[in-house]
Amino acid sequence: MAAANVEKYKSDGTVAGGLLEWVDARFPLMSLWNDHLAKYYAPKNFNFWYFFGSLALMVLVIQIVTGIFLVMHYKPDASLNSSGVPVAFASVEYIMRDVPWGWLIRYMHSTGASAFFIVVYMHMFRGMLYGSYRKPRELVWIFGVMIFLALMGEAFMGYLLPWGQMSYWGAQVILSLFSAIPLIGNDLATFIRGDFVISDATLNRMFSFHVIAVPLVLVGLVAAHIMALHEVGSNNPDGVEIKKKKGPDGIPLDGIPFHPYYTVKDIVGIVVFLMAFSIIVFFMPEGGGYFLEFNNFLPADPLVTPPHIAPVWYFTPYYSILRANTVNFFWIDAKLWGVIFMGLGVMVFFFLPWLDRSPVKSIRYRGPLYKGALAIFVVSFFILGYLGMLAPTPGRTFVSQICTILYFAFFLLMPIYSSLDKCKAEPERVTG
Amino acid sequence: MSCDDKVDCGRRRLLVATSVAGGVAGVAAAIPFVSTFAPSERAKAAGAPVEVDVSKLGPGQMMTVEWRGKPVWIISRTKEMLDGLAKNDEKVSDPKSDRQMQPEYAKNEFRSIKPELMVVIGICTHLGCSPSEKFKTGAESGVEADWQGGFLCPCHGSTFDLAGRVFKSKPAPDNLEVPPHYYLSDAKILIGEDKKGA
Repeated sequence: MAAANVEKYKSDGTVAGGLLEWVDARFPLMSLWNDHLAKYYAPKNFNFWYFFGSLALMVLVIQIVTGIFLVMHYKPDASLNSSGVPVAFASVEYIMRDVPWGWLIRYMHSTGASAFFIVVYMHMFRGMLYGSYRKPRELVWIFGVMIFLALMGEAFMGYLLPWGQMSYWGAQVILSLFSAIPLIGNDLATFIRGDFVISDATLNRMFSFHVIAVPLVLVGLVAAHIMALHEVGSNNPDGVEIKKKKGPDGIPLDGIPFHPYYTVKDIVGIVVFLMAFSIIVFFMPEGGGYFLEFNNFLPADPLVTPPHIAPVWYFTPYYSILRANTVNFFWIDAKLWGVIFMGLGVMVFFFLPWLDRSPVKSIRYRGPLYKGALAIFVVSFFILGYLGMLAPTPGRTFVSQICTILYFAFFLLMPIYSSLDKCKAEPERVTG
Repeated sequence: MSCDDKVDCGRRRLLVATSVAGGVAGVAAAIPFVSTFAPSERAKAAGAPVEVDVSKLGPGQMMTVEWRGKPVWIISRTKEMLDGLAKNDEKVSDPKSDRQMQPEYAKNEFRSIKPELMVVIGICTHLGCSPSEKFKTGAESGVEADWQGGFLCPCHGSTFDLAGRVFKSKPAPDNLEVPPHYYLSDAKILIGEDKKGA
């Protein structure tokens, strides 16, 4: 990080310059600008994979802005209106049909949820490709995994709000997971629902969490993620520290200021992303039933479960892990094992910085063992995600069990294979 | 904590005491907030019993009523259906209903007060989905070849027989729950209450 700019801004005599001097004397404006943008030196060799951090930030802004406007028209109310339709469900239909441009705002928000996960999964995979979680960036990574967790909670609670069939039964299944905990499980599930079944009380508390509590946490975590990153500096596709080679001015030889170089580069990424995003919002907002599930166009019916229920695509790998546990062992029944493994599947990411024992960071200099392991992990993740959308059969359950084992083996065997791996020598400086 | 020359131990003790007192007050203040998560008095009162008229329920048919926001099934079982139950004894995980998933008066081979009328909560004991009816016997229901009729949970594939008993090696740990109920008359059932004085 550039040295904190302790020298305050001096006016150049113009009115704007005078105003800036007045503000900077009272607020660390120039020091914030320099530390995070104009004098934040990032490696010059960022590639395609480095778009996704700034894209995630932009999707967060899209979600917050569209969300603010949706709340102006949405009603979190499970009671039935005069036509016998739940008020919450009817208010979403109202936004879609009667509110001017409401359909656009709603589709931006629903597509934004899927876009968020696409971007975040890519961003996490970038970290795994180039070893961005390694020392000294462990806290950057930990804040990142916390963002991922908060995002999963946010998405789950948001999906309940339209009060459709998938909203209702998806929440029923996921909140019932808590009842698997021995002794306190049933009381805990009731406590979380605020009722003995998913009801108006559940809907209202999920609404409160979705629109204020979790977004506040998310914004705070994003700030912590970026502050930690700017403290230690960005990694790069070569995984070598640019701070080791500095010029006489104390600036890393391979560093370029984030602004204007990467602000301009990221704007290109944002334009391309917005083109793809607009195509989905305008021409295929349901995403073929993967972004908005068709069963959710039916109002919630507590008496009938739809014949096939599956979570939205971004949860399906973890849903598969949940379902893959069908055996009772160690006096714990399969239901609880499923919950434990699903939780561990996310939590295990926290330990990645300490599981990796490789002498190099980047995939470019790793040996065949890590490359193979990462490939197997990615394939298992995709297969789990695919199977999570389908109804279970004995054959599919068996495949998901294999993939669950491979998923965890990637992490748990990492200390062994990453230290045995035949790595290439890292270069002294980035290779461009 | 070391008490050397530079630290005023009296003030340090006061600091610790006020911090502890402040912490206790903070935790105490959190209690009312956390307590609001528990079911409200209205939610607790909403579980009023439901009266059901079963006179129009034909043999082999099923009806669903809502009690405490949950589906309760009333299944009119034919003789063949009841005979099929015994064939499942080997395949279900709790054939004698030893686990507390029914009131005492329903702890029998048919899990009901009257053998032909089954009253059961239609919520899977795994993760709370409502199983779908698969009453046709044999392979026709798409479950298995020697299927005696029952229910299949669409979420995770648990199967139950016509007495709500869960089959072995399925995700659901327990039989479907039988709610408290009794007969007001031959054709009327009250769901949600045990018979007074019984």
